[in-house]
Amino acid sequence: MRGWMGKTKVFFVFALLALFLAGCGIENLTALEPKGYGAEKAMDLIILTTLIMIGVFIVVMAIYVITLVRFRRKKGQEDHVPKQVEGNHKLEVIWTVIPIILVLVIAVPTVLATFDLADDSRADELINVNVKGNQYWWHFEYQGEEIQTSQDLYIPTGERVYLHMLSSDVIHSFWVPSISGKMDVNAENVNTMYIEAYEEGVYWGKCAELCGPSHSLMDFKVIAVSPDEYDAWVNDMQNIDTEAEPENAVAQEGQELFEANNCMNCHATDAAASGIEGGPQNNGPFGPNLSNFGDRSNVAGILEHNKENLVDWLMDPESIKPGNKMTDQYPELNQDEAESIAEYLLQLQPSEITPESAGD
Amino acid sequence: MGMTSAQKSGFGATLWDWLTTVDHKKIGILYLAAGAFFFLLGGLEAVIIRIQLISPENDFISAGLYNEMITMHGTTMIFFAATPLLFGLMNYIMPLQIGARDVAFPFLNSLGFWLFLFGGIMLNISWFTGGAPDAGWTNYAPLSIQSPGHGVDYYVMGLQLSGAGTLMSGINFIVTIVLMRAPGMTYMRMPLFTWTTFVTSILVLFAFPALTVGLFLMMFDRMFGSAFFDAALGGNAVIWQHLFWIFGHPEVYILILPAFGVFSEILPTFAKKRLFGYTAMVFATFLIAFLGFMVWAHHMFTVGLGAVANSIFAVATMAIAVPTGIKIFNWLFTLWGGSIKINSAMLWSLAFIPSFTIGGMTGVMLASSVADYQYHDTYFVVGHFHYVIVGGVVFALLAAMHYWWPKMFGRYLHEGMGQLAFWTFFIGFHLTFFIQHFLGLMGMPRRYWVFLENQGLDTGNWISTLGAFFMTFGVIVFVINMIYTTIKGKKAPGDAWGTGRTLEWATASPPIHFNFKQMPLVRGLDPLWIEKMEGNEKMTPAEPVDEIHMPNGSILPLIMTIGFFIASLGFIYQAGNSYWLIAVYLGMAIGLICMLIRSLKDDHGYHIPKEEVEREDD
Repeated sequence: MRGWMGKTKVFFVFALLALFLAGCGIENLTALEPKGYGAEKAMDLIILTTLIMIGVFIVVMAIYVITLVRFRRKKGQEDHVPKQVEGNHKLEVIWTVIPIILVLVIAVPTVLATFDLADDSRADELINVNVKGNQYWWHFEYQGEEIQTSQDLYIPTGERVYLHMLSSDVIHSFWVPSISGKMDVNAENVNTMYIEAYEEGVYWGKCAELCGPSHSLMDFKVIAVSPDEYDAWVNDMQNIDTEAEPENAVAQEGQELFEANNCMNCHATDAAASGIEGGPQNNGPFGPNLSNFGDRSNVAGILEHNKENLVDWLMDPESIKPGNKMTDQYPELNQDEAESIAEYLLQLQPSEITPESAGD
Repeated sequence: MGMTSAQKSGFGATLWDWLTTVDHKKIGILYLAAGAFFFLLGGLEAVIIRIQLISPENDFISAGLYNEMITMHGTTMIFFAATPLLFGLMNYIMPLQIGARDVAFPFLNSLGFWLFLFGGIMLNISWFTGGAPDAGWTNYAPLSIQSPGHGVDYYVMGLQLSGAGTLMSGINFIVTIVLMRAPGMTYMRMPLFTWTTFVTSILVLFAFPALTVGLFLMMFDRMFGSAFFDAALGGNAVIWQHLFWIFGHPEVYILILPAFGVFSEILPTFAKKRLFGYTAMVFATFLIAFLGFMVWAHHMFTVGLGAVANSIFAVATMAIAVPTGIKIFNWLFTLWGGSIKINSAMLWSLAFIPSFTIGGMTGVMLASSVADYQYHDTYFVVGHFHYVIVGGVVFALLAAMHYWWPKMFGRYLHEGMGQLAFWTFFIGFHLTFFIQHFLGLMGMPRRYWVFLENQGLDTGNWISTLGAFFMTFGVIVFVINMIYTTIKGKKAPGDAWGTGRTLEWATASPPIHFNFKQMPLVRGLDPLWIEKMEGNEKMTPAEPVDEIHMPNGSILPLIMTIGFFIASLGFIYQAGNSYWLIAVYLGMAIGLICMLIRSLKDDHGYHIPKEEVEREDD
């Protein structure tokens, strides 16, 4: 009997633990397991406020339950008229003053953290990235490095990276729950925030402001690698050989089709092909930069990164991201053409540093 | 005129009576009926949303339709369900509580109702004319400006129409409460529901103009080519957010303060004890209303307003917790030492206390700006405001329905069905929304058409949808209860609960056409209770039986509204086809002619002769 109880207990504890872990969501997406500076600051406040509020709730519920148990009308008391109490000054003062104190306890660290996260005094010395939000993809341009990329934002761990964000159409919101809270990406002004990841990893990014039909599909990734790997990545991206011929024939054909179908009107395959250096402007590229497309973590930000999905996307992007701006902007492709282009795009791998370097 | 003629006559006359009525009780019932219809519609939209989110990457409805669904759910529930349902209660109950025979401007009251109704109809016509609005109930520019089709135009014109109606009602209630209180009904003897109606009306007066301005700018941008919100032409879309939330945050209090009023009536009645800390409750109401105007930017912490603005608005928002806390404790101590009878009205009221407390707690958590960088625009916020609006406002509406139904219709709602509806809805409510706080923090933004597989969000969403089915069941039971009660419900006397404290319980159930045969003399807070404690069966009259002056009914408000409705359609379509300008001119002409008739034709109302008044029992 005892053994059975023991086993049940262990099982119970494990079940609780599993439930708790499942309740936290998945690693690198959930805000409940912070892995960056902003997320940690937010979590500190979430814990502080939750504890205070649970305390308040317990007090309220204690009075509530006692009242309902003690003062429920009992049989035979139907005609009883309770004493008509007007109020009580002492009690009123107590439940005014205590909440004021609790509010102050929350307010002070909140204000400190707010100013801390808005601090951009050292931005000049650090990495600065111009972020452009577009329906339904993200563009990243590294100030002073002459490189740009889309969808996957590479950052070094342990360093603040300043993001200067602007939208090319409607309002978006940049959110990477595991490393930082969110900030809106407006069309009329540049919003600046910083992110800092503590450990290597591929972190899920989400758009958090309703921006159209595919709002829920506007995912991106922040790829945090070690500072050495980051330097290597920057170096590789700066030295892409645009003249390089694809190795196999299918990819070569793909490159020709890429050019013949005017894909280049919107998509650059050269990380340096930028006209928007020197601050975010609304003249950014019309489509994602494809210079390191072969190393992307996902196709279209949401699908598994493989040739099949890429072909599906090329054939009919509307079925994957409703309302996207690529649909109908190019001649219809047949299966073979799409496969060739996919072959070409997937071999665009200028760097050894990929999402896998971040331990994913 | 008069109720005797209406009772005898046929369908046509009855219909005409309702279309032309200026009686605050009938207008109250019209508000409640129309609000209930929109509540069911908004509920249906909610269920469709939850079915779409029952499993990852579901394709129950398309992405575009989903955005229409969330927009219409929010807009319908706030503007065309919660607000009018509360206005219906205020309309019906408040004049009775202060011992008045009608509101100050009965004609305006009728106009306000028709404008609201046609605003709601206008919004929903969009479903059949090429697509509903799809930019969220907050309708943020530039998404709303760029939204194709006419959906957002319907949103703008529908809200403009109903907003005008709401503003009129607000002014009407203020004047009524200031000028039409019965002899002896001083301000500090007014029931809390009347107080909250008063403060809510003040909020309406100051908040709705901000929405009106925003909607006009939006209308000019969409229909006349201006660029207030177009960044490319030097406009600024963030201005829309400010205008919307300068209205939108007080709107939350416009909804919740009357709810507080409802509970402040029900708890004393069924605890047989006067409201604890009446004065503190009144001042807390004012304080909440005042602070409610100072905190709109807490909806905009992530907009990039800067650390100074965020800090100020964070602290101001936290401050609201103090007067709200005062209220919660005063309710608890009203119950303390009382003789608590639990029935369905009381179940909803008692369930409100913990549910709303949770909503308030998450409110304080959201006020912490840095934490809000995580919560903002996620399911945490969705969970929070449903705890406040469902756990506060909807619970209050259902409590009020059970509490005042016998007063309004002379019959008790069925108690068994009431409890069944309560428990299923209550359990469903917590199943649906509690888990959403966690979903938000686990990385699920709001307004997501789909959530992806393998993101740890499946179980939470499934539970949430399950809860929605429970809530649906509860609502269906309540609807059946209303129908059943109308046919076979138990008849109720004037003081339906036996422990009524305020003046509405001193009249018949339902009250006679002119409410009070003689104006009651009010001798203190809870006037009816005072009389009962002194062994009097009814209120002491403040005047002898005499003829009563009542307003005439009028069809003009309805015709005027139809005119503005036609003009609104004209405005929407004239951008693409100038022939529609005919509708603009025609509709405006109808509206203006009605105004002219109303202004030039004297209408002094009519008098009910003394003999007829004497014949009525009260």
